[in-house]
Amino acid sequence: MQKILLVDSEKCTGCRMCEMVCSVKHEGVSNPTRSRIHVIKWEAEGLALPMICQQCESPPCMAVCPKDAISRDEELGRIVIDYDLCIGCKMCVVACPFGGMGVDAVARKVVKCDLCDGDPICVRFCQPEALQYVPLSTVNLRKKRGAGLKFAELMSRFA
Amino acid sequence: MALNRKIAYINLSNGEVETAPIPLEMRRLYLGGRGMDMYLLYNHTKQGIDPLGPDNVFLVSAGILVGTLASASARTHVAAKSPLTGFVGSSNMGGFFAPELRWAGFDHLVIKGKAKKPVYLWINDGEIEIRDASNLWGQGVFDTQETIRQELGDEEVKAMCCGPAGENLVRFANVMTGLKNSGGRTGMGAVMGSKNLKAIAVRGTMDIEIKHPEQALEYDEQMINKVNRTKFAQIMQKWGTMFIYGVTNSTGLIRCQNFQLNQLVGGNIECEHIEEVDFGTEGCFGCVIHCRPKYIIKEGPYAGTYAQGPEYTSQGAFGMEVGCNNFNTILVGNHLVNTYGMDTLETGSMIAWAMELYEKGILTDKDTDGLKLEWGNDEAVIEMIHRIAERKGLGDILAEGPLRAAEKIGKDSLKYNIQVKGMSNLHSDERPSPSLALGIATGSRGSDHLRSRPAIDLYHLPEHVLRKIYGNPTPYDGPLTSDYTDYEGKPRMVQWQEMVYEAVDCLGICKYHTIFLSPNLLSFDEFSKLLYYNTGIEMSPQEIWEVADRAYTVERLFNIREGLTREHDWLVDRYFDEPTPTGLPIVRGKKIDREKFKKMIDEYYELHGWDENGVPRPETLEKLGLDKEPSHKL
Repeated sequence: MQKILLVDSEKCTGCRMCEMVCSVKHEGVSNPTRSRIHVIKWEAEGLALPMICQQCESPPCMAVCPKDAISRDEELGRIVIDYDLCIGCKMCVVACPFGGMGVDAVARKVVKCDLCDGDPICVRFCQPEALQYVPLSTVNLRKKRGAGLKFAELMSRFA
Repeated sequence: MALNRKIAYINLSNGEVETAPIPLEMRRLYLGGRGMDMYLLYNHTKQGIDPLGPDNVFLVSAGILVGTLASASARTHVAAKSPLTGFVGSSNMGGFFAPELRWAGFDHLVIKGKAKKPVYLWINDGEIEIRDASNLWGQGVFDTQETIRQELGDEEVKAMCCGPAGENLVRFANVMTGLKNSGGRTGMGAVMGSKNLKAIAVRGTMDIEIKHPEQALEYDEQMINKVNRTKFAQIMQKWGTMFIYGVTNSTGLIRCQNFQLNQLVGGNIECEHIEEVDFGTEGCFGCVIHCRPKYIIKEGPYAGTYAQGPEYTSQGAFGMEVGCNNFNTILVGNHLVNTYGMDTLETGSMIAWAMELYEKGILTDKDTDGLKLEWGNDEAVIEMIHRIAERKGLGDILAEGPLRAAEKIGKDSLKYNIQVKGMSNLHSDERPSPSLALGIATGSRGSDHLRSRPAIDLYHLPEHVLRKIYGNPTPYDGPLTSDYTDYEGKPRMVQWQEMVYEAVDCLGICKYHTIFLSPNLLSFDEFSKLLYYNTGIEMSPQEIWEVADRAYTVERLFNIREGLTREHDWLVDRYFDEPTPTGLPIVRGKKIDREKFKKMIDEYYELHGWDENGVPRPETLEKLGLDKEPSHKL
């Protein structure tokens, strides 16, 4: 069953553990600038939002790649880069509306979330569960349940 | 690699900057963070210097595990000779500054001299620049950081700074990063202010090598699961340290109305009140405890302001100590001290002391410019925060800290002052608990709960559990007692906690992840493994203890050089003379017994290998390799 990496920003505590474990897992070093995930923060408002590749159904990165180096892995539902074909033109970086396609300045290559081949390390370390890896088919129901709970609370106040 | 982070020597007087590697030999002796800072402090200052003069040194560092796969490895340490006490100045904060400093290539900054005009340091991937800070001078803590980010055009820049209190040389001004992370104690912000150093901004994109990445990931995952499973972490995730109040107030272990009561009657300042104003909690770098509530002030002139915290200390400072029973006052007070950059604990203690002096008629309306310094006067408390930070009227005197203020006010004022070595105590009442009392009496930076507090003594743990904790990693077969009102075996607990806190401060891990408020958290065995997996340094738990012992002894040597004697390891008379008026039967009517306390101190010195005057014996110095200090290796 295909799964997706779901972000619940309300649960994010902004600790950036995900950035560190991602860079250690993929590059063997601690360096958030080389991580696939980034927690974007608005410190003055107390907001934090983890940003990562959305594994789009119609990926702009794939559409603009002049070498057809980007393809879809249907088994894991992820977008993958074939580095044998990639020429490092960074058109995909420009095209992605989320910043999900990144540039590793040390290795000099474009990088993106590969869902850790089905066991995302960021999810494993995210204790507040702001990052979840859930079956695609249940995403909608999960969100409905969460929203429903808020709605029910609201209704009970006026009941 | 994680160990190639450098040390930088920055002279603000002439603008010279030098960098050097940190030899592995020094790592094995002091690891990093506080330990290395203490070595540097002892080696880079001369006896008797003015803490607010150009001869003082301002040290900034990251622990050796900061930015690695170790639980909450986020701590920045700052040090200098303290303008508050004249002894060791040392403070520690969370947030995101220290990891960024390491990604920028540095572990230690040694800042000397005094800039001619306000400056800030800009540290970016191995480069250090001294920049003009004229436009930052006078700005509050958070505004300063935001202005720097705008000026440098990078939202990811992290900065630490002093606030207006530091510029005004308030002797307990702190250094801060983010909205609330504070290197709160011993007046490090005043040292920054005295050097015309407004801020340090960092941004780094350099790799920190993890020596054994797979094992480090696996072990860290185990550790964060272990931390997260504790009741302590689960409570902290909700309310932060404010949860402590529920326990200590109901037992009778708090200072209320300065030192007159040990319980606050009423019930408006329980931690649960934060739920009315908060929208979640925030964590420091890599932390699963995330203990900082994010709140918006709802009432009064500050309504609509976003802030973080407050901690248990602010509950004491603007709640029980000053006799206020109003949660909003705590929220506002916390926001104000964090904007001015001032130690919340010292601020509250100074105001509470002034209130008792006002009650006793030692201070009058003439001294306070008509301000009614009466218990529970919320407006007066808030007004005094402004006056201290801006050094106005009585605030100018209180800004000098306990001993200097008492000297200026004169009369019997000193008698009412709750301090050790010139630094105010936490709003806790240690009369029923000799172990906690010994901790504050002997702490190297003055009265303080983060130097050696055996807080788990309050849990009445069975003796075999105590033995498992306090009997390692160095052998101890002396007494250990479960009763926290007892005097037996407590010096070992204090010594052990001193070592564990020193060790985490060298590693850069938060104390909340170690045996402090929960007996189930990390200790020397775990430190040893974390150090090996992340850096490759092989050190046994005993060897890490020895690092802590060495660093703590250097703190002692520094203090002795600056005039510390056995008399400084002592409590004010009220601890011995006034019994606790309220609380549970086990804590009511308690005071510290002078003779038993003297014996405790003897025993404590003996455990350290210090003589009866508290001076390290020659063989102790030799054992720790300190017989040739200062050795000027860095």
